[in-house]
Amino acid sequence: MSSELFTLTYGALVTQLCKDYENDEDVNKQLDKMGYNIGVRLIEDFLARSNVGRCHDFRETADVIAKVAFKMYLGITPSITNWSPAGDEFSLILENNPLVDFVELPDNHSSLIYSNLLCGVLRGALEMVQMAVDVKFVQDTLKGDGVTEIRMRFIKRIEDNLPAGEE
Amino acid sequence: MPAMADETLFQLLHTQVVAAAYGAGRGSGDEGLRAGLTVLEGMGFRVGQGLAERLPQGALAFREELDTIKFLCRDLWGAVFGKQTDNLRTNHQGTYILQDNNFPFLTQMAWGQQYLEEAPKFLAFTCGLLRGTLSSLGIESSVTASVTSLPA
Repeated sequence: MSSELFTLTYGALVTQLCKDYENDEDVNKQLDKMGYNIGVRLIEDFLARSNVGRCHDFRETADVIAKVAFKMYLGITPSITNWSPAGDEFSLILENNPLVDFVELPDNHSSLIYSNLLCGVLRGALEMVQMAVDVKFVQDTLKGDGVTEIRMRFIKRIEDNLPAGEE
Repeated sequence: MPAMADETLFQLLHTQVVAAAYGAGRGSGDEGLRAGLTVLEGMGFRVGQGLAERLPQGALAFREELDTIKFLCRDLWGAVFGKQTDNLRTNHQGTYILQDNNFPFLTQMAWGQQYLEEAPKFLAFTCGLLRGTLSSLGIESSVTASVTSLPA
Protein backbone atom coordinates (compact mmCIF):
# COMPACT_ATOMS: atom_id res chain seq x y z
CA MET A 1 0.00 0.00 0.00
CA SER A 2 2.77 2.43 0.77
CA SER A 3 4.03 3.12 -2.74
CA GLU A 4 0.48 3.89 -3.80
CA LEU A 5 0.18 6.15 -0.80
CA PHE A 6 3.18 8.13 -2.00
CA THR A 7 1.98 8.27 -5.59
CA LEU A 8 -1.52 9.31 -4.58
CA THR A 9 -0.28 11.93 -2.12
CA TYR A 10 2.12 13.33 -4.67
CA GLY A 11 -0.72 13.50 -7.18
CA ALA A 12 -2.89 15.34 -4.66
CA LEU A 13 -0.04 17.79 -4.07
CA VAL A 14 0.42 18.52 -7.77
CA THR A 15 -3.34 18.91 -8.19
CA GLN A 16 -3.47 21.41 -5.35
CA LEU A 17 -0.55 23.39 -6.74
CA CYS A 18 -2.23 23.51 -10.15
CA LYS A 19 -5.29 24.98 -8.45
CA ASP A 20 -3.24 27.56 -6.56
CA TYR A 21 -0.92 28.70 -9.31
CA GLU A 22 -2.15 29.91 -12.65
CA ASN A 23 0.59 28.69 -14.86
CA ASP A 24 2.60 25.52 -15.18
CA GLU A 25 5.93 27.30 -14.82
CA ASP A 26 5.00 28.44 -11.32
CA VAL A 27 3.91 24.94 -10.38
CA ASN A 28 7.21 23.60 -11.69
CA LYS A 29 9.07 26.10 -9.54
CA GLN A 30 7.07 25.17 -6.45
CA LEU A 31 7.72 21.49 -7.02
CA ASP A 32 11.42 22.16 -7.41
CA LYS A 33 11.48 24.25 -4.23
CA MET A 34 9.60 21.59 -2.26
CA GLY A 35 11.89 18.94 -3.60
CA TYR A 36 14.86 21.01 -2.49
CA ASN A 37 13.40 21.32 1.03
CA ILE A 38 12.98 17.55 1.10
CA GLY A 39 16.42 16.85 -0.34
CA VAL A 40 18.36 18.90 2.21
CA ARG A 41 16.84 16.78 4.96
CA LEU A 42 16.65 13.46 3.16
CA ILE A 43 20.41 13.41 2.71
CA GLU A 44 20.97 13.00 6.45
CA ASP A 45 18.67 10.02 6.55
CA PHE A 46 20.38 8.61 3.49
CA LEU A 47 23.90 8.97 4.85
CA ALA A 48 22.87 7.48 8.18
CA ARG A 49 21.23 4.44 6.63
CA SER A 50 23.32 3.70 3.60
CA ASN A 51 26.82 3.80 5.04
CA VAL A 52 28.27 5.03 1.79
CA GLY A 53 31.51 6.92 2.18
CA ARG A 54 32.46 10.14 0.51
CA CYS A 55 32.27 9.96 -3.28
CA HIS A 56 35.54 10.79 -5.00
CA ASP A 57 34.13 11.87 -8.29
CA PHE A 58 30.94 12.47 -10.17
CA ARG A 59 30.87 8.93 -11.54
CA GLU A 60 30.78 7.47 -8.05
CA THR A 61 28.09 9.97 -7.16
CA ALA A 62 26.03 8.81 -10.12
CA ASP A 63 26.34 5.18 -9.05
CA VAL A 64 25.31 5.94 -5.50
CA ILE A 65 22.32 7.96 -6.66
CA ALA A 66 21.07 5.32 -9.06
CA LYS A 67 21.91 2.12 -7.24
CA VAL A 68 21.52 3.07 -3.60
CA ALA A 69 19.42 6.20 -3.19
CA PHE A 70 16.72 5.58 -5.79
CA LYS A 71 16.49 1.99 -4.65
CA MET A 72 16.18 2.93 -1.01
CA TYR A 73 13.51 5.58 -1.41
CA LEU A 74 11.60 4.70 -4.55
CA GLY A 75 12.40 1.04 -5.03
CA ILE A 76 13.74 1.50 -8.55
CA THR A 77 17.22 1.46 -10.06
CA PRO A 78 17.58 3.87 -12.95
CA SER A 79 20.34 3.21 -15.44
CA ILE A 80 23.14 5.68 -16.01
CA THR A 81 23.94 6.69 -19.57
CA ASN A 82 25.09 9.48 -21.87
CA TRP A 83 28.15 10.64 -20.02
CA SER A 84 29.60 13.86 -21.38
CA PRO A 85 33.23 13.62 -22.53
CA ALA A 86 34.30 15.80 -19.60
CA GLY A 87 32.52 13.47 -17.15
CA ASP A 88 30.44 16.28 -15.72
CA GLU A 89 27.04 15.34 -17.09
CA PHE A 90 25.05 12.12 -17.22
CA SER A 91 21.52 10.88 -17.60
CA LEU A 92 19.41 8.73 -15.35
CA ILE A 93 16.96 6.61 -17.31
CA LEU A 94 13.88 5.51 -15.43
CA GLU A 95 12.03 2.71 -17.18
CA ASN A 96 9.15 3.34 -14.88
CA ASN A 97 8.56 6.29 -12.63
CA PRO A 98 6.56 5.44 -9.50
CA LEU A 99 5.32 9.01 -9.20
CA VAL A 100 3.28 8.74 -12.37
CA ASP A 101 1.38 5.47 -11.88
CA PHE A 102 -2.17 6.02 -13.08
CA VAL A 103 -1.42 9.66 -13.92
CA GLU A 104 -2.37 11.34 -17.16
CA LEU A 105 -1.57 14.93 -17.90
CA PRO A 106 -4.67 16.87 -18.88
CA ASP A 107 -4.40 18.80 -22.15
CA ASN A 108 -4.09 22.25 -20.66
CA HIS A 109 -0.94 21.39 -18.69
CA SER A 110 1.52 20.69 -21.44
CA SER A 111 4.31 22.65 -19.75
CA LEU A 112 3.91 20.95 -16.41
CA ILE A 113 6.92 18.93 -15.34
CA TYR A 114 4.91 16.58 -13.21
CA SER A 115 7.80 14.91 -11.38
CA ASN A 116 9.83 18.07 -10.93
CA LEU A 117 10.00 17.40 -7.19
CA LEU A 118 12.67 14.80 -7.96
CA CYS A 119 14.95 17.43 -9.51
CA GLY A 120 14.71 19.55 -6.38
CA VAL A 121 15.36 16.56 -4.12
CA LEU A 122 18.54 15.66 -6.00
CA ARG A 123 19.72 19.27 -6.10
CA GLY A 124 19.09 19.82 -2.38
CA ALA A 125 20.64 16.56 -1.29
CA LEU A 126 23.80 17.08 -3.32
CA GLU A 127 24.15 20.65 -2.13
CA MET A 128 24.42 19.29 1.41
CA VAL A 129 27.40 17.24 0.34
CA GLN A 130 29.05 20.23 -1.24
CA MET A 131 28.04 19.66 -4.85
CA ALA A 132 26.19 22.24 -6.90
CA VAL A 133 24.31 20.49 -9.69
CA ASP A 134 21.74 21.27 -12.27
CA VAL A 135 19.01 18.66 -12.65
CA LYS A 136 16.28 18.54 -15.22
CA PHE A 137 13.93 16.24 -17.05
CA VAL A 138 14.73 15.75 -20.71
CA GLN A 139 12.28 12.96 -21.44
CA ASP A 140 9.01 12.16 -19.72
CA THR A 141 6.70 9.19 -20.25
CA LEU A 142 3.81 11.44 -19.29
CA LYS A 143 4.53 13.46 -22.40
CA GLY A 144 4.66 10.45 -24.64
CA ASP A 145 8.36 9.68 -24.47
CA GLY A 146 9.37 6.06 -24.20
CA VAL A 147 11.33 6.53 -21.00
CA THR A 148 11.83 9.14 -18.35
CA GLU A 149 15.27 10.74 -18.54
CA ILE A 150 16.77 13.04 -15.93
CA ARG A 151 19.90 14.93 -16.89
CA MET A 152 22.34 15.82 -14.13
CA ARG A 153 25.13 18.33 -14.61
CA PHE A 154 27.91 19.05 -12.16
CA ILE A 155 28.41 22.79 -11.76
CA LYS A 156 30.99 23.13 -9.02
CA ARG A 157 32.15 22.07 -5.61
CA ILE A 158 30.65 24.22 -2.83
CA GLU A 159 33.31 25.39 -0.41
CA ASP A 160 31.28 27.19 2.26
CA ASN A 161 29.49 25.11 4.87
CA LEU A 162 26.41 27.26 5.26
CA PRO A 163 23.47 25.73 7.09
CA ALA A 164 20.60 24.51 4.93
CA GLY A 165 18.03 27.19 4.40
CA GLU A 166 14.41 26.89 3.34
CA GLU A 167 13.82 28.07 -0.17
CA MET B 1 5.68 -5.70 -8.00
CA PRO B 2 4.92 -2.19 -6.78
CA ALA B 3 7.83 0.03 -5.86
CA MET B 4 8.32 0.71 -2.17
CA ALA B 5 8.17 4.26 -0.97
CA ASP B 6 10.05 4.97 2.17
CA GLU B 7 8.49 6.34 5.37
CA THR B 8 11.08 9.06 5.86
CA LEU B 9 10.49 10.29 2.35
CA PHE B 10 6.75 10.23 2.91
CA GLN B 11 7.06 12.21 6.13
CA LEU B 12 9.16 14.84 4.36
CA LEU B 13 6.61 14.95 1.54
CA HIS B 14 3.87 15.42 4.11
CA THR B 15 5.69 18.44 5.55
CA GLN B 16 5.76 19.99 2.08
CA VAL B 17 2.08 19.13 1.60
CA VAL B 18 1.32 21.09 4.78
CA ALA B 19 3.40 24.00 3.47
CA ALA B 20 1.51 23.90 0.17
CA ALA B 21 -1.83 24.03 2.00
CA TYR B 22 -0.72 27.27 3.62
CA GLY B 23 0.92 28.73 0.56
CA ALA B 24 -0.65 30.85 -2.14
CA GLY B 25 -1.81 33.49 0.33
CA ARG B 26 -4.07 31.21 2.27
CA GLY B 27 -2.03 31.27 5.44
CA SER B 28 -2.92 34.02 7.83
CA GLY B 29 -5.28 34.32 10.78
CA ASP B 30 -7.95 31.95 12.00
CA GLU B 31 -9.69 31.83 8.68
CA GLY B 32 -6.47 31.03 6.95
CA LEU B 33 -5.73 28.28 9.43
CA ARG B 34 -9.15 26.73 8.84
CA ALA B 35 -8.85 27.04 5.07
CA GLY B 36 -5.55 25.22 5.14
CA LEU B 37 -6.94 22.48 7.37
CA THR B 38 -9.81 22.00 4.94
CA VAL B 39 -7.39 21.69 2.06
CA LEU B 40 -5.31 19.13 3.95
CA GLU B 41 -8.30 17.10 5.08
CA GLY B 42 -9.63 17.09 1.53
CA MET B 43 -6.33 15.88 0.12
CA GLY B 44 -6.13 13.13 2.71
CA PHE B 45 -9.70 12.14 1.93
CA ARG B 46 -9.01 11.68 -1.78
CA VAL B 47 -5.82 9.77 -1.07
CA GLY B 48 -7.66 7.51 1.40
CA GLN B 49 -10.34 6.79 -1.18
CA GLY B 50 -7.72 6.04 -3.81
CA LEU B 51 -5.86 3.70 -1.50
CA ALA B 52 -8.97 1.74 -0.55
CA GLU B 53 -10.03 1.46 -4.19
CA ARG B 54 -6.71 -0.09 -5.11
CA LEU B 55 -6.81 -2.85 -2.55
CA PRO B 56 -7.76 -6.31 -3.81
CA GLN B 57 -11.47 -7.05 -3.60
CA GLY B 58 -11.41 -9.49 -0.76
CA ALA B 59 -9.09 -7.44 1.42
CA LEU B 60 -11.82 -5.15 2.70
CA ALA B 61 -14.68 -7.58 3.21
CA PHE B 62 -15.02 -7.07 6.94
CA ARG B 63 -17.85 -8.71 8.73
CA GLU B 64 -17.83 -6.39 11.68
CA GLU B 65 -17.23 -2.69 12.05
CA LEU B 66 -14.54 -3.37 14.63
CA ASP B 67 -12.58 -5.39 12.07
CA THR B 68 -12.61 -2.40 9.76
CA ILE B 69 -11.21 -0.20 12.49
CA LYS B 70 -8.56 -2.77 13.29
CA PHE B 71 -7.59 -2.68 9.62
CA LEU B 72 -7.00 1.04 9.99
CA CYS B 73 -4.96 0.55 13.15
CA ARG B 74 -2.80 -2.21 11.69
CA ASP B 75 -2.68 -2.11 7.93
CA LEU B 76 -3.31 1.51 7.10
CA TRP B 77 -1.15 2.79 9.94
CA GLY B 78 1.49 0.27 8.92
CA ALA B 79 1.49 1.49 5.36
CA VAL B 80 1.68 5.14 6.31
CA PHE B 81 3.83 5.10 9.44
CA GLY B 82 5.55 1.73 9.46
CA LYS B 83 3.92 0.71 12.71
CA GLN B 84 0.56 0.10 14.35
CA THR B 85 -1.39 2.38 16.61
CA ASP B 86 -0.63 1.95 20.30
CA ASN B 87 -4.16 1.72 21.58
CA LEU B 88 -7.73 1.38 20.40
CA ARG B 89 -10.75 2.19 22.54
CA THR B 90 -14.42 2.12 21.71
CA ASN B 91 -17.72 2.83 23.35
CA HIS B 92 -19.27 0.07 21.22
CA GLN B 93 -21.69 2.64 19.93
CA GLY B 94 -19.77 3.77 16.88
CA THR B 95 -17.05 5.89 18.46
CA TYR B 96 -13.46 4.72 18.26
CA ILE B 97 -10.33 6.30 19.63
CA LEU B 98 -7.06 5.42 17.95
CA GLN B 99 -4.06 6.35 20.01
CA ASP B 100 -0.55 6.85 18.79
CA ASN B 101 2.02 7.75 21.43
CA ASN B 102 4.63 8.72 18.90
CA PHE B 103 2.83 10.19 15.94
CA PRO B 104 5.54 10.48 13.30
CA PHE B 105 4.28 13.69 11.72
CA LEU B 106 4.70 15.42 15.09
CA THR B 107 7.89 13.86 16.39
CA GLN B 108 9.90 15.38 13.56
CA MET B 109 9.44 18.89 14.79
CA ALA B 110 11.09 20.78 17.62
CA TRP B 111 8.16 21.53 19.87
CA GLY B 112 7.60 24.22 22.44
CA GLN B 113 4.42 25.79 23.76
CA GLN B 114 4.23 28.24 20.92
CA TYR B 115 3.99 25.45 18.39
CA LEU B 116 0.89 23.93 19.93
CA GLU B 117 -1.23 25.75 17.41
CA GLU B 118 0.74 24.15 14.60
CA ALA B 119 -0.15 20.61 15.60
CA PRO B 120 -3.58 20.49 13.89
CA LYS B 121 -1.88 21.21 10.58
CA PHE B 122 0.01 17.96 10.93
CA LEU B 123 -3.05 15.94 11.81
CA ALA B 124 -5.53 17.09 9.18
CA PHE B 125 -4.23 15.03 6.28
CA THR B 126 -4.28 11.85 8.35
CA CYS B 127 -7.85 12.53 9.50
CA GLY B 128 -8.88 12.91 5.89
CA LEU B 129 -7.01 9.75 4.98
CA LEU B 130 -8.97 7.74 7.54
CA ARG B 131 -12.26 9.31 6.50
CA GLY B 132 -11.54 8.65 2.83
CA THR B 133 -10.62 5.03 3.39
CA LEU B 134 -13.77 4.49 5.42
CA SER B 135 -15.81 6.24 2.76
CA SER B 136 -14.64 3.75 0.14
CA LEU B 137 -15.78 1.01 2.44
CA GLY B 138 -19.23 2.55 2.52
CA ILE B 139 -18.79 4.02 5.97
CA GLU B 140 -19.59 7.65 6.60
CA SER B 141 -17.58 9.03 9.47
CA SER B 142 -16.33 12.07 11.23
CA VAL B 143 -12.65 11.95 12.09
CA THR B 144 -11.03 14.40 14.43
CA ALA B 145 -7.68 14.40 16.17
CA SER B 146 -6.27 15.87 19.30
CA VAL B 147 -2.87 16.02 20.88
CA THR B 148 -2.82 15.37 24.59
CA SER B 149 0.85 16.04 25.07
CA LEU B 150 3.68 16.93 22.77
CA PRO B 151 6.91 14.99 22.55
CA ALA B 152 9.52 16.48 24.86
